[in-house]
Amino acid sequence: MAKGAIVIEIERCKGCGVCIPACPNKVIALSKKVNSKGYNYLEVQNDSCIGCANCAIVCPDGVITVYRAK
Amino acid sequence: MSKDIIKPENLVYRRTPVLTKNTMHYCPGCGHGTTHRIVAEVIEEMGIQEQTIGIAPVGCAVLAYNYFEVDMQEAAHGRAPALATAVKRLKPDFFVFSYQGDGDLAAIGTAETIHACNRGENITMIFINNGIYGMTGGQMAPTTLEDMKTATSPYGRDIAMMGNPLKITEIVAQLPGTCYVTRQAVYTPALVRKCKRAIRQAFENQKENKGVSFVEVVSNCNSGWKMTPVAANQWLEENMLAFYPLGDLKVSK
Repeated sequence: MAKGAIVIEIERCKGCGVCIPACPNKVIALSKKVNSKGYNYLEVQNDSCIGCANCAIVCPDGVITVYRAK
Repeated sequence: MSKDIIKPENLVYRRTPVLTKNTMHYCPGCGHGTTHRIVAEVIEEMGIQEQTIGIAPVGCAVLAYNYFEVDMQEAAHGRAPALATAVKRLKPDFFVFSYQGDGDLAAIGTAETIHACNRGENITMIFINNGIYGMTGGQMAPTTLEDMKTATSPYGRDIAMMGNPLKITEIVAQLPGTCYVTRQAVYTPALVRKCKRAIRQAFENQKENKGVSFVEVVSNCNSGWKMTPVAANQWLEENMLAFYPLGDLKVSK
């Protein structure tokens, strides 16, 4: 059961992947699909997000919003 | 399940409103974006959005004024510390920061940098060091490492022919006008948090009229270095940090 959740602004994501090694639970990965700019955007892979916000803190474009259940 | 969690009361992190809604023009994975965001977060946390004036440089960050939701001025190439001096002297109650890259601050703007730091202007200087001229196409900069390949040093920087890389941060740390000189990086979550604390300190120092607070951010340039963003961060850790070690160089009480 996920304790956290992230919302990704797909159109703003540039697919740099800097957030992927920052995630402790391997929740996120680049999609095979692309956004309107042609970038493979970030997507959530599984249900083990803990809402630590590491991905959002290293994101150069600030595309990730993080929520954590209290 | 995640729909139950995505509620306003569970919000942990969101993009700060001190950044505009524009998508930044920086290359994917560039440290400029991260640094912009943490500077904006510091401004938001201190509640000084209406009292802050930023100085944009020439270089990759030339369009910084499109991304910060604060008043900004654009300086001539390298002259951001001189313009910051003028703004701060005219508006001493305002928080003034300059934001420059290594080609701007450590090459064409060396004189302005050193003299503003030596005069002890009460400003915050943010310095992004990626060891290359990013915007113009990856040419060698004063900060380029020995043996590092760039467009104008295709066989690597040869010290005998091209001179030594410049540690401008070490130089300004020796000047009496600086109160806080530090070197940070932004490629892991822990380093971003640390860098944000350093930038917060650099802005807080302006309240006490202490002099120049100088924050160097060792950053990547994955386009100029011709690497993927993740590989560029790895290269930064292995090579840049050996020559540009992280930490505080000067903290005056």
